[in-house]
Amino acid sequence: MTWDYSDMKKWGWQKHPRGAVIPQAGTADDYKTGGWRSQRPVLDKEKCINCFFCFIYCPDTAIVVEEEDMKGFNLKHCKGCGICAHECPKDAIAMVDEIKAKQQDEAASA
Amino acid sequence: MQRTVAVVGTDAVAEAMRQINPDVVPAYPITPQTAIVETFSEMVADGKVESLLINVESEHSAMSAGIGAAAAGGRVMTATSSQGLALMWEMLYIASGLRLPIVLANVNRSLSAPINIHCDHSDSMGARDSGWIQLFSENGQEAYDNTLQAVRIAEHPEVKLPVMVLLDGFIISHSVDRMDFLEDEKAKKFVGEYVPENPLLDAKNPVTWGAFDGLYGHYFEFKRAQQQGMLNAPAVIKMVGEEYGKISGRPYGFFEEYQMEDAEFAVVALGSAAGTIREAVDNARCADMKVGMIKLRMYRPFPAAELVQALSRVKAVGIFDRSDTFAGAMGGPVFVEIRSAFYESAVKPLMSNYIYGLGGRDLSFGLIEKAFSELDDAARTGVVKEKVNYLGLREGEVE
Repeated sequence: MTWDYSDMKKWGWQKHPRGAVIPQAGTADDYKTGGWRSQRPVLDKEKCINCFFCFIYCPDTAIVVEEEDMKGFNLKHCKGCGICAHECPKDAIAMVDEIKAKQQDEAASA
Repeated sequence: MQRTVAVVGTDAVAEAMRQINPDVVPAYPITPQTAIVETFSEMVADGKVESLLINVESEHSAMSAGIGAAAAGGRVMTATSSQGLALMWEMLYIASGLRLPIVLANVNRSLSAPINIHCDHSDSMGARDSGWIQLFSENGQEAYDNTLQAVRIAEHPEVKLPVMVLLDGFIISHSVDRMDFLEDEKAKKFVGEYVPENPLLDAKNPVTWGAFDGLYGHYFEFKRAQQQGMLNAPAVIKMVGEEYGKISGRPYGFFEEYQMEDAEFAVVALGSAAGTIREAVDNARCADMKVGMIKLRMYRPFPAAELVQALSRVKAVGIFDRSDTFAGAMGGPVFVEIRSAFYESAVKPLMSNYIYGLGGRDLSFGLIEKAFSELDDAARTGVVKEKVNYLGLREGEVE
């Protein structure tokens, strides 16, 4: 069974699960914490040695790894805490200003 | 055959707990803890009950461990008293907010300061808005009976709220009383198997308990839903009380009416005082005083409509409170609520408040007779001389 809570903001008090229980696992995936970010991690793939320290330390499971290769960051969940940049033994992750990064993204897509 | 015994009130609760055989009992083992947990721990040590007894470092931790164990899917019970209940405060609201059917026996004792270990209702009355169902007991028998029923009430799917069973410190907790215990099998059958809702230990269906709500903001809706459990509770408490009556011969309702049929004035009381007042009513009846008594058992939820119906026939009512609200001239909590219950009523009796027994001060026949005589005057003259009275208080120079 999948718990459909897509319109939860419209729910009356009768519809919520008793005792505020979340009756399903994995719902944190829908909780986009990326909006909290003021600093954005940027990967320099030239320096990265795929040690996965960042993967281990990330408190939000926001490091994207495919086939044992560090691919970058899940920016929908990355809160910009900078732990990955701090722990990286090769200084392959830089923290940049989120607003500037956003402006650059918009300029690039325009 | 029920077993007729003579035991103290705390042993009566421990015996009910043994028959219920809860999965987990987290409890603080020393003062202000009472012999409920001491007796129960002996039962655990002697293998008479299978419960996991967790000795914790404070009552705050006792309720915290209880909440965790209940969310995990266990049937949880604990006991406390006085400052212990006060230290649980924060967690009481979490137990009710999460709709966990925990059962707690609280031995009613005063709150400091000054330090005093004796009976009054300050501890339990302070928890009256914590979302717990509260059942008061007049004696050891009722403490035992209420404990068995509390499990059924708490776990009922229409309720799912924690229940507090209240018994007066020393007067009930430490006094030997004659009572009847149900046969183990009958008690177990009555209590039944517990089927938890969304247990954390069900690894195949992972769930989250106690998540943060502050960003989306559904707190208001959850609190309204919690109130629904309380609104549903009276029907369940009535049903469970009647069913218990069938197996024990001791049926229970919201309150007991004593000599109310032709009463011209009445008193309302909770807990052990009702026993003394019943005797005083009998004595007064011999002297042709038409007095009745209502012994309130279910304090949360508050049976407002039923109390109004039962009390609107009399001319004057004296409400006995074993705690104060400290709200100025408003009187004790039971007084405030009964007055509020009468607001819409066209017919209402005169009402006065008798705050008595704070810090274990005895409630003697003499004091009750004083209240009766004042209420009798009020019923005759239509005038209440003093709205809030402190019964048994030393005033002025005491010789």
